Amino acid sequence: MKQLVILSGKGGTGKTSVAAALAHLASREMPIVLADADVDAANLELVLEPTRLEEHVFMGGQVAVIAPERCQLCGRCDQVCRFEAILPGEDTYRVDPLACEGCASCVYQCPEEAIRVEEQQAGLWFRSDTRFGPLFHAHLFAGQENSGRLVTMVKQQGRLLALDEGRELLIVDGPPGIGCPVISAIAGADLALLVTEPTVSGVHDLERILGTVHHFRVPALVLINKADLNPAQAAGIEAWCRAQGIELVGRLPYDQIVTEAMVQGQPVTAYQPEGAMAMTLREVWAEVQKRLGGTP
Amino acid sequence: MIIAVASGKGGTGKTTVATNLALSLADQAPLFLDCDVEEPNAALFLKPELIHQEEVGIPIPEVDFDRCTYCGRCAAVCVWHAIAIVGRKVLIFPELCHGCGSCTLNCPEGAIHEVLHVMGRLESGRAGSIAFGHGILNVGEAMAVPIIRQLKATHMAGAAHSVAILDAPPGTSCPVVETMRGADFVLLVTEPTPFGLHDLRLAVQVARDELRLPVGVVVNRDGVGDAGVDDYCAAEGLPTLMRIPLDRRIAEAISGGEALVEALPEYRPQFRQLYKRIAQEVAR
Repeated sequence: MKQLVILSGKGGTGKTSVAAALAHLASREMPIVLADADVDAANLELVLEPTRLEEHVFMGGQVAVIAPERCQLCGRCDQVCRFEAILPGEDTYRVDPLACEGCASCVYQCPEEAIRVEEQQAGLWFRSDTRFGPLFHAHLFAGQENSGRLVTMVKQQGRLLALDEGRELLIVDGPPGIGCPVISAIAGADLALLVTEPTVSGVHDLERILGTVHHFRVPALVLINKADLNPAQAAGIEAWCRAQGIELVGRLPYDQIVTEAMVQGQPVTAYQPEGAMAMTLREVWAEVQKRLGGTP
Repeated sequence: MIIAVASGKGGTGKTTVATNLALSLADQAPLFLDCDVEEPNAALFLKPELIHQEEVGIPIPEVDFDRCTYCGRCAAVCVWHAIAIVGRKVLIFPELCHGCGSCTLNCPEGAIHEVLHVMGRLESGRAGSIAFGHGILNVGEAMAVPIIRQLKATHMAGAAHSVAILDAPPGTSCPVVETMRGADFVLLVTEPTPFGLHDLRLAVQVARDELRLPVGVVVNRDGVGDAGVDDYCAAEGLPTLMRIPLDRRIAEAISGGEALVEALPEYRPQFRQLYKRIAQEVAR
């Protein structure tokens, strides 16, 4: 079983639209599993029309809770908290659950033993069925920590099912950025497809995500979206990829057809199979498949 | 006034709106902080002269072995499992440490002191009258929040600026909350597509429902997609403070690193109007 992760660094370059298209194309040739690793803002389900089969609670970290009847207002908790999570009140100190990192430092320092930590539900994860294969996805509650752990959970479930049912490919739709959820999305991948755009931000962020992917020793391919928006920038990306020894697998046009397909809840390859966009994506899939076959 | 510019979904135009708002308010000498420390892009458009640089990270424990009795108290209190005692060895895992200092406070021998574990850097300078600062998370580091926290602490302690504009990262988790905390207003930039709408709902949950901050919406690439965002804003009573049409000229200008108000100066009064409307919303 192979694992492909789709990343970009910069948000909004088209990761999810590309993931949905590859899911559509791949599923015609082999049994696949999908994992949406953007647990903050999970959009893959919007173009896959899933049927939800299971819903599970995700317990995130913990938060401190102060028992008001015990609090003597000494302020020791506020002194030791490095996360500005303790709020002074008239009769008792209180904890801001969004700021609290659950380190329990205050728990040990409170002379009245008035503080305890409580496990918190930080989100939900789901197993769904789609016309292209099973989908694992999640919803991290607003403002929660531990998105990396939830990403790992979603991917593990996908992997287990793939191994169980002999499915050949796990496609992971990654989050933007380069931090904790991205690192979790990269873990265990055989190949990363980096979707960029020919803009100053796209180029800057491509360099950082490629650095991150290399840091974790995962081979990468680059796909330029909206390539004709700025041909000079696109040529710059091509030259840069050559210099880095990274294969450029395609150039998608700047075209509103992807949004039209999204409004219809469809991958662009299914919405307009004979368009330029779909044709290029079929070539991209062929390249990706070749590279996945070649990695040990 | 502190304005955080956020979105939920990436690539909707947060940085475009934030930088052009700052450029349009140059007469007020605003503070601009790029809090998207994983992918900081505002400098590409504001082109500040960066004069100050500082390494930042979190304090991690270091053990003084003359005093350590290997009692294991530090490992017992660490909820992150960032310290382990194995025989007569103390193992410290900086990538798991959150820098809370609980081990230092709990060591009965006073054998732990803390040293800086560098995770990134802060840079600051000026772009014309705009005071500029951004944070840059090092490649391979996981935690963005400590960088954002220190970026804000460094620049906002004195509160000498009448306007501060904070460019938030995408998403809805802890880095976004850290950016929004203490803001007077959250400006949510969206696009009228199913993805834009889905993520706008989540961003509203964070800003309005969890943090209880006043919010307003900028609809970018207006004309693409469907009516879902407008219907949602109307139903939720969210004010739409500005619309930027889907226009290839805008996309081309931005792709080359040009600021919108410089490429298409007719937008400058619109951004000034946006600021006025934000001020009215805050005053309500």
